Amino acid sequence: MKKVKTDPKGVLTGAHYLDGDYALAEGALAAGCRFFAGYPITPSTETAERFSARIPLVGGVFIQMEDELGSIAALIGASWGGKKAMTVTSGPGFSLMMENIGLACMMETPLVIANVQRGGPSTGLPTLTGQQDMMQARWGSHGDYEIIALSPDSPQECFDLTIEAFNLSETYRVPTFVMTDECVGHMTEKVVIPPAEEIEVVERKWYTGPKDKYLPYKLDKDGIPFMVKAGDGYRFHTTGLTRDEKGYPVINAECQDVCVRHLVDKIKMNADKIIKIEEEDTDDAEVIVLSYGITSRVSVRAVQKARKAGIKVGTLRLITVWPFPEKRIRELAKKVKAFVFPEINYGQVVYEAERCAAGQAPVIPVPHLGGWVHNPEDIYKAIKEAVK
Amino acid sequence: MKEEEKIQPKNPMEEFLRMDRIPHIWCPGCGIGTVVTSFAEALRKSELDLDKVAVVSGIGCTGRVAGYIKLDSFHTTHGRAIPFATGLKLANPDLKVVVFSGDGDIVGIGGNHFIHAARRNMDIVVILVNNFNYAMTGGQVAATTPISANASTAPYGNYEYPFNLPYLAEAAGATYVARWTALHLRRVTKSIQEALAKRGFSFIEVITPCVTLYARRNRLGDGLNLLKYYHDLSEIQHGADTRTLDISYQGKLIVGKFVDKEKPTFLDAMNEHLSKVLGDKYQAYGVSHD
Repeated sequence: MKKVKTDPKGVLTGAHYLDGDYALAEGALAAGCRFFAGYPITPSTETAERFSARIPLVGGVFIQMEDELGSIAALIGASWGGKKAMTVTSGPGFSLMMENIGLACMMETPLVIANVQRGGPSTGLPTLTGQQDMMQARWGSHGDYEIIALSPDSPQECFDLTIEAFNLSETYRVPTFVMTDECVGHMTEKVVIPPAEEIEVVERKWYTGPKDKYLPYKLDKDGIPFMVKAGDGYRFHTTGLTRDEKGYPVINAECQDVCVRHLVDKIKMNADKIIKIEEEDTDDAEVIVLSYGITSRVSVRAVQKARKAGIKVGTLRLITVWPFPEKRIRELAKKVKAFVFPEINYGQVVYEAERCAAGQAPVIPVPHLGGWVHNPEDIYKAIKEAVK
Repeated sequence: MKEEEKIQPKNPMEEFLRMDRIPHIWCPGCGIGTVVTSFAEALRKSELDLDKVAVVSGIGCTGRVAGYIKLDSFHTTHGRAIPFATGLKLANPDLKVVVFSGDGDIVGIGGNHFIHAARRNMDIVVILVNNFNYAMTGGQVAATTPISANASTAPYGNYEYPFNLPYLAEAAGATYVARWTALHLRRVTKSIQEALAKRGFSFIEVITPCVTLYARRNRLGDGLNLLKYYHDLSEIQHGADTRTLDISYQGKLIVGKFVDKEKPTFLDAMNEHLSKVLGDKYQAYGVSHD
């Protein structure tokens, strides 16, 4: 993984007052994203609008596609054309992207998708919040694969984590999601954009060897194949079919085993390097509140109240939701009485936590359907319940 | 010369094919290979830098073309070759991007992308092989199946109106529109050559025999019988009004070059407009500033 200073052209250094949607766009531009394809959808549209105004000024290209099927396909094409590429969407558009997210995984294409979540299913709650696409981000396309998903809890993190998403996506050649939500997307706060020379970005691992020796899916020592872009003279082939090192389709179980196992393993094996979590007071906690995104901010009130009531509460915020911090949850499960897990859905990532806790500590869900954040009181009640 | 070289002379198209993937999967009598030959010939004549030509296919029999062409080649998902090509072209405007796919892929599942890429005058070449049915999956009715023709999902004959593709392409904004059959090998080659030399959305429909499914199910004989049909009932009418180009079952096939006009491409229009509005703040995209 080669880190370089970012192209200063896209970096709007300074302190700004931005909403999360705008901050996503600024993060991407700061990371060197120079291709955006998207389709308007509430509550993510402001990101596309920001790109349409900003990207022509920094040497990139914006295109509003005919639908989200087109947006994601254009992103994969653009990435193979050598650009860092991003789109933004919300539930219904995310659903439309699923098939080609699989193609991006199969072709091992770096790209970033932000999902400003709203309540679902179907048209659901276009203008109101939700965290109901978390499992879809993990499992939405057919077949076996792994992706990376990050969850910002503030406009500042929308900026920071979009850069991080590009870096992870380029490092592991995998579609990476920024799973935010309507609240964070439409929340306006101070966002500090550092000077360009302080922003490090991962450069794609370009192949530079002899042209006739290039194998698009031959694994390098670090398990990630080298990439080339169209037009560089390698005359390579890639496909959504199960393929060998050459990128040629091989339709049998043996090849599927090698090809798909790699897609999964490259993330699983590097999970420790990828995962970021934020812990507070977990050392001697009786109960730990697990959360991600906006829900982590809502939990603060409940946690403060519980501490005042003398309960030893720790918090663990998932900055990376996928891959899930399996090991850490397993360790903590041995020490705590219980976990409490509020999410703005009817129970999604909580089941992953439960799987990892493996019966050593109960994981108490605090489900809340879309539309609004939790009442902190509900989380407080769950904490009290947990220590009973 | 060694003995084995005498026995196996080089394929004249070897330069353009992934010989390590041959034999291909297409049936005897299928017309896709013929169109690939025309494409290779057009590339040879075009004198383009082949390192800068990319092929994008979707899914289906024709979708396999990308896998056999020795260029940067992408075998994508069903219907999405055009938006993939759009991203590829916009990210790397030096490329000549060719979408090579079938009727089901481009105007069935991918129809929306087709009209929008034409509307934007995206600078890509679309070669659409029209075999009147979904062949890869066993001969189902398509958006191109002529009325009354039989298909596996139209066992009593098709009663849906098919697309008139040159009309659709022209109406949506394509700047080059031609239709040929697999019999018109030289003309297909010439059209592809012209399209490769042109800037803008170029569309070439090539009607080809599907012997195994369409012809068998409709008792139309073998590949030769279909070529004879093309021979007897096709009529070259360059510049014909595209509204008149409907295809009826075993009826007349009007072929030719119907549209060949100039219009700014998506990137041309974008650069021109943004330069005008933004002035010095804007640097034209995709053109060399050296």
